[in-house]
Amino acid sequence: MSEDSTHVDSNGDTEWPLWEVFVQEKLGKPHEHAGSIHAPDAELALQNARDVYGRRGSVTSMWVVQSDAISATTPSDSGPFFEPSEDKIYRHPNFYKVPRGVKNL
Amino acid sequence: MEENLDNKTRDALFEYCLRIGDDLLVLGHRLSEWCGHAPILEEDIALANIALDCIGQAEAYLKLAGEIEGAGRDEDALAYFRDEYEFKNIQLVEQPNGDFAVTIARQFLYDAYAVNFFDDLSKCAYKPLADIASKSLVETKYHLRHSSQWTLRLGDGTEESHDRIQNAVDKLWMFTGELFFMNDLDKFLVEKGYAPDIESIRTKWNKIVKDTFARATLNMPSDETYMATGAREGRHSEQLGHMLSEMQITARSHPGAKW
Repeated sequence: MSEDSTHVDSNGDTEWPLWEVFVQEKLGKPHEHAGSIHAPDAELALQNARDVYGRRGSVTSMWVVQSDAISATTPSDSGPFFEPSEDKIYRHPNFYKVPRGVKNL
Repeated sequence: MEENLDNKTRDALFEYCLRIGDDLLVLGHRLSEWCGHAPILEEDIALANIALDCIGQAEAYLKLAGEIEGAGRDEDALAYFRDEYEFKNIQLVEQPNGDFAVTIARQFLYDAYAVNFFDDLSKCAYKPLADIASKSLVETKYHLRHSSQWTLRLGDGTEESHDRIQNAVDKLWMFTGELFFMNDLDKFLVEKGYAPDIESIRTKWNKIVKDTFARATLNMPSDETYMATGAREGRHSEQLGHMLSEMQITARSHPGAKW
């Protein structure tokens, strides 16, 4: 492989970069996180994702994104960052009646 | 199975199905030898998947062969209880795995042929065969994507990866002539519309290989390379016997065993 695909991540891991895999099982449904794989570039990441996560169930679409490109919250954020929730019931749209037959709301 | 095949057609189709099935069975077995040994986990899974595809396809062609023959042999009997000289696969697919570059080169040279072959075969006039070929085609398109992408990356990668895959191509080139083997049996089936014309497949194969090698910065071996022959008629390289002895021993030691 070309040298630029040698990648040292924050744990000192010199394997190929890590990619997160998102799989859509039906058209119109959201892409859901399926797991992660290693790959030297995007095309091979898609191929590896296809082999690891795509070969059993039905799949209509797949996304891969290099894990480094994802910004995430840290566990210590969980207090203040997510605080506005349970005790503020006015934020929860629980007061509406959902019409019968509506599945994906 | 159609009862109204005349003897000549039946024999020709039986042998033709063996050729296709044996290519896939032998290649699938070779790929399965990588299981647990590939350079990285993801590639281990990819190669094992392709091996399973090949063996699954082989099963379908050998099953059809057995039905056409009508002598009570099923796909297992044909896979595990024939000897080396009865196998009709080409020598390319029986070559040992070597390093990863050899495996990729072998796969690419076969896949570039197989996508075009199955595409044409899926339009042939003998429906049982055309139906299986349609299924093969879908899987083989992915196999070619995998092997051609790797050919590009190894060829246009580091000096070492380039040298390894160039060596692999040079070493395997002498086995590519057999991809386009044709004898009276083919001519007979082509006339009936039961088999594709191999010459048009050769043209398409050449184009894929040439284009991919150009992008991968690989040299096409010389047209004057000596070409191995004989395997479609049962004369194989020494490699096949060793492989079969391992592949067949369990079935032969425990005939009829179920698990």
